[in-house]
Amino acid sequence: MSAVAVQSSRPRRGVLASAWAFVKRHVLTVYSILFFAYLLLPIAVVVLFSFNNPPGKFNYVWHSFTWNNWRYWNGVPGIQSAIVLSLEIALVASLVATALGTMIALALVRYRFRTRATTNILIFLPLSTPEIVLGASLLTLFLHFAFVQFGYWTILIAHVMFCISFAVVTVKARLIGFDRHLEEAAMDLGANELKTFQKVTLPLITPAILAAFLLCFAISIDDFVVTYFVAGSSVTFPVYVWGAARIGAPAQVNVIGTAIFVIAITLALANVLLQSRRAKGA
Amino acid sequence: MLWLTIFFVVPLGFLAYQSLESGNIDFGYAFTWAWGNYSTAISNYHSEFLRSLEYAGMATVIALVVSYPVAYWIAFRGGRWKNLLLLFIIAPFFVTYLIRTLAWETILSDHGFVVRTLQDIHVLGSSGRLLATGTAVVAGITYNFLPFMALPLYVSLEQVDPRLIEAAEDLYANKLRAFLKVTLPLSLPGVVAGTLLTFIPAAGDFINAQLLGSPQNYMIGNVIQSHFLVTSDYTGAAAMSFVLMAAILAIVAVYAFVVGTEELTGSAV
Repeated sequence: MSAVAVQSSRPRRGVLASAWAFVKRHVLTVYSILFFAYLLLPIAVVVLFSFNNPPGKFNYVWHSFTWNNWRYWNGVPGIQSAIVLSLEIALVASLVATALGTMIALALVRYRFRTRATTNILIFLPLSTPEIVLGASLLTLFLHFAFVQFGYWTILIAHVMFCISFAVVTVKARLIGFDRHLEEAAMDLGANELKTFQKVTLPLITPAILAAFLLCFAISIDDFVVTYFVAGSSVTFPVYVWGAARIGAPAQVNVIGTAIFVIAITLALANVLLQSRRAKGA
Repeated sequence: MLWLTIFFVVPLGFLAYQSLESGNIDFGYAFTWAWGNYSTAISNYHSEFLRSLEYAGMATVIALVVSYPVAYWIAFRGGRWKNLLLLFIIAPFFVTYLIRTLAWETILSDHGFVVRTLQDIHVLGSSGRLLATGTAVVAGITYNFLPFMALPLYVSLEQVDPRLIEAAEDLYANKLRAFLKVTLPLSLPGVVAGTLLTFIPAAGDFINAQLLGSPQNYMIGNVIQSHFLVTSDYTGAAAMSFVLMAAILAIVAVYAFVVGTEELTGSAV
C-alpha cells in the first residue's frame, strides 16, 4: 500500500519539481518581459492617443479613432513655430558644441597643460549638476547684463554649454583608444600636421564625432528645464508642451512626440542592425 | 598652427562657458554677504528640501531594485539580442520627457484603467486617486530615470566574467552565495554610477511633481522654479539652488565615503 502510494506520488512530485524548475529558470525572463512592458507602456499611450479624437479639450480619455491629428499636425496655433525653433536650435547648438567639444577632447587627450585637471573637472561638472541649477545660474548671469535679450541667443548659448560636456566625453572615449603610431606614420611619409589631421585623425574619429553630434541633437531637442529658464518669450517645442499641458495638451502634441520617437527609433534600429551585420562580417 | 589655435581657443572658450555656468552668486543688486537668504530659504522651505531628497532617494532605490534583475538578465541571457534589448531600455528617451510624463498623467488619471482596477480590487477606496499623490510623483520620477540606472548596471554586469561565477560554484558556493560574493561586488561600480545618475537629476526635478503631484507634493525644484520665474525672487531662489547643490554634493560625498572613492571615480571615468 505504502509502496504504491510512494510510487504514485513520485511522478507527481516530478511534475511539481519540473514546474518549479521551469518557473525558477524563467522567472527572470518573465520579470524582464514585464519590465519592458512597463517601460514601453507610456510610449504606447503616446502613440495611441495621437489617433484619439477627444470630445473636449482634454486628451485623457479614449474616444474615437481619427487621422485628423496627423493630417492637421500644425492645426494648433504656435506648435509649428515651436518645432521649427527647436530644430533650429538643436542643429546649431549641436554643430557648435560638437566642434568645440572635439577640440577640447583633442587637447585633453593629446596635451599636458597646466589647467588640464581643472578642465577635466569643469567638463564633468555640468554632467553632475541638476538641470534646474544650471538653468537658474544661466538666468542670473543673463539678468546681470541688461542688454541681453532673452530668446534665441540665450537658448543657444545654454544648449551649447550643456552639450559640450557630452560631446567631449563621447569623443574622448574614442581618442583614448586611438593608435598614435598612425599619425606618426603619416608624418614620416611627409604629411604636414594639417594634412595628417585631415587624412588620418579626422576619418578615424568621425564615428565618435557623429555620435556626439546626434547625442547633442537629441539632448538639445528634448531639453525643457534649462530652456524654460532662459527662453524669455521664445517657445521651443518642450516649452510649448509645458504651456499646453496646463490647459490640456492637444492631440497634436502626441503626434509630434510619436513622429520624433519613430524617427529616432528608426535611426537607432538601423545602427543596431548595421553593427550586428558588421560584427557578423568580422 | 592648428594645435596652437586649439590650445588658445579651447581654454578661452572654456572660461567663457564656465563663467556662464557659475554666475550664480547674485545676492541681489549689491553684494552684501546676505546670508539671510540662506536661512530664510531653509526655514521656509525645509519641508520641500526634505521631500525632494526623500522622493529622489525612494525613486533611486526602487529603480535600482527594479532594474537590477533586468540588467542581469540582458547581460547574462541576452545573447545576440543584447543590442536590441538595450535599445528598448533607452526607448523612453526617444519620446520627449514632458510627453512621457503627460502619458503617465493619462495612465494614472482618475478615469484610467489603472485607478479603476485598483479600485475594483479595493487597494484604493472608491474615491481614491493616484494623480496628485506622492506615489504618482515617485512613480513618475522612477520611470523617467530608470534607463539611467539600468544602463550602468548592465555595463558593469556585462563585464563580469561568467567563469568567475562558475569558479565560485566549483568551490561549493551555492547560487545565492556565488551571487552575493562574486557578481554583486563586481557590479558595484554600476550600482554606484546608476544611483548617482538617478539621484542627482531626480533631486532637482520639478516636472513630475508639477504634472503628477499636487502642491502638497512639491519639491524644491518647484519652489526654485516659481521663485525665479513667477515671483522674481532671484536672491532667495539662488540661495535655494545653492543649498540644493550643497545637499547633493554632501550626499554624494558621504556616499563616496561609504562605498569607497575608488569605485566612485572608477565609475565616473
